[in-house]
Amino acid sequence: MSTESSYYVPEQSKLPIITATGMGILAFGAASWVIEGGSPTIFLIGLLIMVLVMYKWWSIVIDENMRGLANDQLKKSYVLGMLWFIFSELMFFVAFFGALFYVRVFANSWLGGEAAIGLFDDTPTDAAAANNQILWPGYQAEWPVMVTPDQMANGEDAQFKGPEQNMNFPGWSSLLSWLPLWNTVVLMTSSVTVHIAHTALKNDNRKKFNTWLGITVALGIFFLFLQAEEYIHAYQHMGLTLETGIYGTTFFLLTGFHGAHVTLGTCMLLVQWLRGLKGHFSNDDQFGFEAASWYWHFVDVVWVGLFLFVYVLA
Amino acid sequence: MAHGPATLADGWVKYASRWLFTTNHKDIGTLYLWFSFAMFILGGSFAMVIRAELFQPGMQLIKPEFFNQMTTMHGLVMVFGAIMPAFVGLANWLIPMMIGAPDMALPRMNNLSFWILPFAFAILVATLFMEGGGPNFGWTFYAPLSTTYAPDTVNYFIFGVHIMGASSIMGSINIIATVMNMRAPGMTYMKMPMFVWTWLITAFLLVAVMPVLAGAVTMMLMDINFGTSFFDAAGGGDPVLFQHIFWFFGHPEVYIIILPAFGVVSQIIPTFSRKPLFGYSSMVYATASIAFMSFIVWAHHMFTVGMPIAGELYFMYATMLIAVPTGVKVFNWITTMYKGSLTFETPMLFSIAFVILFTFGGFTGLMLSIAAADIQYHDTYFVVAHFHYVMVAGAVFSGTAAVYYWLPKWCGKMYDETMGKVQFWIAFIGFNITFMPQHFLGLAGMPRRYADYGLQFADWNMVSSIGAFMYGAAQILFLFNVVRTITHGKPVDKPEVWEGAEGLEWTVPTPAPYHTFEKPPQVK
Repeated sequence: MSTESSYYVPEQSKLPIITATGMGILAFGAASWVIEGGSPTIFLIGLLIMVLVMYKWWSIVIDENMRGLANDQLKKSYVLGMLWFIFSELMFFVAFFGALFYVRVFANSWLGGEAAIGLFDDTPTDAAAANNQILWPGYQAEWPVMVTPDQMANGEDAQFKGPEQNMNFPGWSSLLSWLPLWNTVVLMTSSVTVHIAHTALKNDNRKKFNTWLGITVALGIFFLFLQAEEYIHAYQHMGLTLETGIYGTTFFLLTGFHGAHVTLGTCMLLVQWLRGLKGHFSNDDQFGFEAASWYWHFVDVVWVGLFLFVYVLA
Repeated sequence: MAHGPATLADGWVKYASRWLFTTNHKDIGTLYLWFSFAMFILGGSFAMVIRAELFQPGMQLIKPEFFNQMTTMHGLVMVFGAIMPAFVGLANWLIPMMIGAPDMALPRMNNLSFWILPFAFAILVATLFMEGGGPNFGWTFYAPLSTTYAPDTVNYFIFGVHIMGASSIMGSINIIATVMNMRAPGMTYMKMPMFVWTWLITAFLLVAVMPVLAGAVTMMLMDINFGTSFFDAAGGGDPVLFQHIFWFFGHPEVYIIILPAFGVVSQIIPTFSRKPLFGYSSMVYATASIAFMSFIVWAHHMFTVGMPIAGELYFMYATMLIAVPTGVKVFNWITTMYKGSLTFETPMLFSIAFVILFTFGGFTGLMLSIAAADIQYHDTYFVVAHFHYVMVAGAVFSGTAAVYYWLPKWCGKMYDETMGKVQFWIAFIGFNITFMPQHFLGLAGMPRRYADYGLQFADWNMVSSIGAFMYGAAQILFLFNVVRTITHGKPVDKPEVWEGAEGLEWTVPTPAPYHTFEKPPQVK
């Protein structure tokens, strides 16, 4: 509830309309790019506008805060804004996790002619069996889907052919050469280091803050490097691509969007690190950094879900 | 502090830059309202094309392919371009005034959320003029119609939906932050006007489900262009998965549309009954329960798709349960009117029509929720009639009521009551002539989204089309009445425009000054 006697309402601003224009060009450009024969030019123009305007916008917000224009109430609005933004990001991942669960629990077994998970009765129905025999003869439900229904029914003519290998846990003997495990270690560690940096900032230990935040950014970049390695390995040596049926689809989309969010989070932390080096923040005013660290913890939590449901639990 | 608003007298550059660069919640509210009305006319003209083609059996005016684009674009433009922005416009105008705040919590982001919309809809509408035509797969864009069999322009649709969703999410975050953080001292949650409550809950629904919609269109994009198989059984996916994800967004979406309408009516009925709203706290709890339940009933849109019997039963009973909190609301509106000293100004007429017709649409919804019976009703005109009773007589009627109710506060002038009443009766009668017969058509087996129909459906289709033109004409009258109020309306100068009106927005001068509550009021 409002306790302030007055509230900072910004003057007119050109930023929103430029941002909206950039977004419009970006969206239009993206669509015309993906259509066959399209070029990325318009998309890149939109992207450039977006990058410049976001740089400007955040500079102004930081500047307003440094000049003391942002009172406690406005700061709380920023806090609420960031928290609900993270919630919306979480719901974006819910859609993809939902797709993964639906495919693993329902769709796959139906394609294989089994009944739905039997809440009351799990004997396969005639319809389910006929569905399998007529449409996808020979397909048996398994996860990861290594042989697609298409492949079973149409052999070499199939549009979707399964991968040669998958990313699942390879067994205890090759545990240490399993990349996802190291990815997990790197990301978990970075969550701890960002927390150490936060505590250091609260205690006004600037040097420690700069060091540990720098380490966090480095770990973020290292994570992205490892994931790029994993993708290259998948494409070149495992026959695992976007086009290899539902396993490749869910694997790349879930880890890919997570990777995109790690990239965003790393950029956020990098900016906060540069701000820290410039002497921004104080022990009681550090929301830019806190927001970035919340985001970082959020991508960490999503990774735990990914690690469990995409890699470990087969 | 920002200066006063530029007017046309300051030159058109200053005047245009006022609207382009504004951070004022009233300006942005006005922009939202005019934009949504423009989209309402556009979507309405698509509907007129549909009804003109269906006036008689056989193909007269347009080709079936274009008919498909018309049904699709009508739905998309009305849901995302007309109804949702209309209520966001009302939220912008009213929430800060109702809770005693100087503006929205994040004014620049507020302007951004609005200005994304013209770009999103320009992209969407531009597809109509592109090779392959606009989206032709129905507003629910089921895969594989929207993936394997879609025109190339579907990509424009996908990215249009993306930025429109970004606009909605930012707008909702702004509303949540405003309500949670900007209330005047003493304005506790349980003292907030119902409109603010319903919007707070709506904003929560939006933040929760718009990202899911973004996920759905992203999966489409990948399936179309990058060889994934989310919605293709050949690769191990499932087209039905699309429907689950879509309706996980889509069912909360219908409450996103109707909850602010509930809020509007809960403001208007007490005013013209000269009685406080009956059962305020039960209204709040009912709204919250409806919102919660909207997340767990989505597959009632999919009874015929082939679900396990356990799923059919669960979704049927869960859906029926929503009738309970909805019934609480209807009961409260009626009880508010009971023994009140009622007058029937235009906003009240639209509100009473809302209560009656929305309840009617609710009952047909209850019929549709019966899984066994729905197999007969599914994808027929019965469904079309049902959701137009709640979308048009629900959301649009309450939006119209809201404009008449708050217009004097916004522009300081009174609308023409006679013209308002004439508009109401044309709209009310036209609406019922349009959609009541569609129940009969649907029960007799006429499928929705078809450009042609069997001869046995000819009579009621003609009646329905006549009603639709009547309802369309009423909107022209509405536009005329609003414009005339602004230019020639009788000035109102007392703060409380209506004698029975309660709430902080009626304590500020009329017309509402550009900046209100720079010093927060004390709420007892």
